[in-house]
Amino acid sequence: MTTSTISSDASLPQLRRFDWRGLVLPAGFLLVWALVTALGWVNTKLIPPPQAVLSTAVSFIGKAQFFNGLGASLWRDLAGFAIGSLAGVVFGALLGVSRWAGRIVGPTFHTLKHIALFAWLPLISTWLGQGDAAKVLFIGLSAFYPVALGALEGVHGIARSQLEVARVYGFGRVQLLFKLILPGASPQILAGLHLALIYAWLATIGAEYLLAKSGPGIGDAVIQGKAAFDVPLVIFGMLLIGLVGALFNQIANRIEARLLRWRDARH
Amino acid sequence: MAHAGTLEIKNLNKQYTVKGEPLPVLENISLSIKPGEFVSIVGSSGCGKSTLLRLVIGLEQEYQGEILLDGKRIVGTSLDRGIVFQEHRLFPWLTVEQNVGVGLLNADLSPAQKKKTVDEHIALVGLKGFETAYPYQLSGGMSQRVAIARALVNRPEVLLLDEPFGALDALTRSHLQQELQRIWEAEGITAILVTHDVEEAVYLGDRVVVMQPRPGRIKRIVDVPLPRSRDRGSYAFSQIKDDVLSEFSDTPHSDVKLVTPQESLGANWQFAW
Ligand SMILES: Nc1ncnc2c1ncn2[C@@H]1O[C@H](COP(=O)(O)OP(=O)(O)OP(=O)(O)O)[C@@H](O)[C@H]1O
Ligand SMILES: [Mg+2]
Repeated sequence: MTTSTISSDASLPQLRRFDWRGLVLPAGFLLVWALVTALGWVNTKLIPPPQAVLSTAVSFIGKAQFFNGLGASLWRDLAGFAIGSLAGVVFGALLGVSRWAGRIVGPTFHTLKHIALFAWLPLISTWLGQGDAAKVLFIGLSAFYPVALGALEGVHGIARSQLEVARVYGFGRVQLLFKLILPGASPQILAGLHLALIYAWLATIGAEYLLAKSGPGIGDAVIQGKAAFDVPLVIFGMLLIGLVGALFNQIANRIEARLLRWRDARH
Repeated sequence: MAHAGTLEIKNLNKQYTVKGEPLPVLENISLSIKPGEFVSIVGSSGCGKSTLLRLVIGLEQEYQGEILLDGKRIVGTSLDRGIVFQEHRLFPWLTVEQNVGVGLLNADLSPAQKKKTVDEHIALVGLKGFETAYPYQLSGGMSQRVAIARALVNRPEVLLLDEPFGALDALTRSHLQQELQRIWEAEGITAILVTHDVEEAVYLGDRVVVMQPRPGRIKRIVDVPLPRSRDRGSYAFSQIKDDVLSEFSDTPHSDVKLVTPQESLGANWQFAW
């Protein structure tokens, strides 16, 4: 049938072939790193050789501390992300849809969003201490802003002419929300969620660094590594944090491409 | 299901406010449309044709005069009245069949009946095979055909069409004109067609309403007492066509002014709560 050809999504990003040229720079960096440490050109206490990082990684991955830490970090991250982004969608959509909410809450919201995220931490830890509650709240806050802003922008972007179509076909309030407003705003909401996923992971690690000594976590492990002057562990922790972030980004890309397949791929 | 409605427009006046100044758009429009009648409306750009349809469909509440359907004043929109807008206005996130299904969202049918009706109407506008395509994958003319299917799927009593075939090529256009005539005859609905194409107006209309601009008024109503299907090449047909065209000859073309864009982004449609 004709549709099979026109609806093929060959141009979606995840189907693009992997380009090996992107690996040239990391490989070169690794080579230089291995060379300068092997030749003793640098203080290997400060800059340990790659194999030291690798052996630390291998031994650390075998430990319970690793799994507990990674698990705890991911759990906090996802809990905060879920709470924050859900609140963000509801808040942003309400702000966009309701004239009263827009007038009463809008100005305050647009002012508060200028407070740098990490500036909230002292206040939050004063209220909730150093524990999981404080961290999850902070992570939630970091996810809230991009999602709320995305939802607000998306709802504002819905054309009046589409609203008229909904009126002509007698949409009720619930239909209006689920058949027009949310799908219409979904590109911006998804962009907000994508950003929120990345922010939440940054916030997870940041909270573990700054609210240290409070249960397991991957950021916590790095801080302990620093205290013990275990530079290989610090480097491994950094790599792991970056890897998790990149993985989240990949997953978000795929979900976004799948959900927005109705958009012109040429955009 | 669909029975035709009598549409009566009495002393209708409509004005918009532009920069604090009242802008009269329609002035003293009176028009009575019999059940099952097909009325074409022609007129130069900006003479208020779309505005008149917006009033009849119930999207505009502020006006003076009366608009009655079967003796009852029109309040708001209703599934009894269908419209094909000047632009297709499909939802880009829905496939062709889902877009047509929007018309039946609030219809009293079982899901199976809805599916069947949607399929029939997709076939009717010649889009079989494109059920699962998204609007971005369609041409302008195909999108407009989906919009026509969406308006028809409810079997409305009154069908309003705002230049529905403007974006189509000549062949598809004449095919759809015949289809529209066939549907109108089969369903016995009342139809109002706005068009720029005088031939189309005469081919389809029982009457052709000629409007003149600033403010929009009815200049003349031309009867088309020809049997259907009409022969565009016949002498009688071209005489009526020339008659309608002669009404345009005294409209100076320098008069045509830009229609202000109605579409604007931003929070301009918020609910009052
Ligand atoms: N929402 C609005 N606010 C202010 N003026 C409007 C609005 N909508 C339409 N108008 C004005 O009303 C007049 C009639 O517009 P309308 O769209 O009904 O014309 P039309 O006959 O359908 O034109 P066309 O053939 O170009 O579609 C125009 O002068 C237009 O600028
Ligand atoms: Mg118009």
